[in-house]
Amino acid sequence: MHTSLALLLELGIVLLALSMLGAVARRLSLSPIPLYLLAGLSLGEGGIAPIPAAGEFVQTGASIGVVLLLLTLGLEFDTSELQHSLRRHFPSAVADLLLNAAPGVLAGWLLGLNWLGVLALGGATWISSSGIIARLLGDLRRLGNRETPAVLSILVIEDFAMALYLPILAVLASGGSWRQAVAGVLIAVACLAAAFTASHRWSHHVNRWLAHPDAEQLMLRVLGVTLVAAALAELVDVSAAVGAFLIGLTLTGEAAERTRTVLSPLRDLFAAAFFLAIGFAVSPTDLLPVLPTAMALAAAGIATKFATGWLAARRDGAGSRGRTRAGTILVPRGEFSIVIVSLAGAASATLGPIVTAYVLILATIGPVLTRWPRSRTPRTIVERQHKHVADEDPPPLPPAPRT
Amino acid sequence: MDVNEVLLPGVGLRYEFTNAQGDRIGIVARRSGEFEVIGYSSTDPDEGDLLFRLTAVEADTVAEILGAPRIAERFADLTKEVPGLSAGQVAVPATSEHAGRPLGHTRARTRTGASIVAIVRADSVIASPTPDELLRAGDVLVVIGTHEGINGVRTIIEG
Repeated sequence: MHTSLALLLELGIVLLALSMLGAVARRLSLSPIPLYLLAGLSLGEGGIAPIPAAGEFVQTGASIGVVLLLLTLGLEFDTSELQHSLRRHFPSAVADLLLNAAPGVLAGWLLGLNWLGVLALGGATWISSSGIIARLLGDLRRLGNRETPAVLSILVIEDFAMALYLPILAVLASGGSWRQAVAGVLIAVACLAAAFTASHRWSHHVNRWLAHPDAEQLMLRVLGVTLVAAALAELVDVSAAVGAFLIGLTLTGEAAERTRTVLSPLRDLFAAAFFLAIGFAVSPTDLLPVLPTAMALAAAGIATKFATGWLAARRDGAGSRGRTRAGTILVPRGEFSIVIVSLAGAASATLGPIVTAYVLILATIGPVLTRWPRSRTPRTIVERQHKHVADEDPPPLPPAPRT
Repeated sequence: MDVNEVLLPGVGLRYEFTNAQGDRIGIVARRSGEFEVIGYSSTDPDEGDLLFRLTAVEADTVAEILGAPRIAERFADLTKEVPGLSAGQVAVPATSEHAGRPLGHTRARTRTGASIVAIVRADSVIASPTPDELLRAGDVLVVIGTHEGINGVRTIIEG
């Protein structure tokens, strides 16, 4: 068998470079997504080091990456959590949509994009990155905070809204008329309803067959079914990603848990390919002219997400520090803004560069921004009890250790 | 004790309670099986301090340590709801002829109608012990049955 030396070498070097970038990002508690995008930019068209052999693999990997991103999104999904979130945070979710889609829609209109571009840009500024934010909440030790359920509720509702928004966008982007778009959406909604029914009624049958006790069997079956469903969805113009999302919805309970575990390394690999491919598709020379627009949009995006988080946390009775934390942590945009561009990229030549720059800025600034205001210095219960005893008279500092 | 349950969509559940000393304590049960234990200051309930994280295995062990002495009490509570049925605890003294012998050897259920549903041994609990389980001096047997049945088991074990 002929092995392509260039492919292996280029791919290996790219993966090593990504691993180094990822390690740097983790150390700074940032998201690796902007670094992957930058890597893609520098490797792709007009970049500093083109990689013709690995490029093809990355392009193929990218389409699998979207499918896996949406599959894992569907796996995360829990109808009871959605119902709970909607009951409690429906007004926050409406504010989220109106406040955050507005800057994108306005900018799209001012830039003279067509209506598809306007719709896509609105979506890209609306949707927060649940991937980045969920991770940040854990890293920053905020799962116990009062504002956290409000933040998570908004993310869950956004993710669900994506399931309706992406099919509309996908159909419109594939050149469909409004009538076809409506038909596409109806098909998507029907599939969604079927998937929900299936996951409620027959999930144990589906799960029993898919969730083979052997991890290898589980991985192959889920991946196989997902790719077939993605292809079928593509066939009826509903976008492969949405088909994958539906499969994710059908898997529930322990099957979903195990699937997440076996698929997450694959997802990480192909999602990295996806971000690289987006970087490839944008030439750095296209990025510079849109930078001022992207920065203005990012500034507006910070302000509107801040307002959203502030409102949502207030509904849950959080104080001003909590509201500030909720406002800042919602700022990062990431994988879904990029998915939107990958679906609607053909709508306008400037859309890709603008959203790429927008995500670059907000996925980097967001995690930094949310460190402010700084947390109280952590105290343990024991220390606090000491404090109760000697409230007026603080205990003396322990002697400094000898060096 | 009131335990407040808060849903964390996509992450798991958070349980919150205040202990007798007035400390507010939160426990986040993540979907992945890990746990976080959080302390809150009395002045600012908005912001928790993460005290420690536990893996699923560690959490099981902690639960066992904390839960062992309470399991017998829960059996007792359960039997309040069924008239005529009660629960009792029978300690195995070192002098018992059954110490070091399998549980089945006592033929307790056949002779008294009462069931030995658990053995509390030091910090651990053996729930639903099999007849092959060896009894040791110092074990506490949790017995469910009628009053006479439980007394019968006590006579067998202690006699």
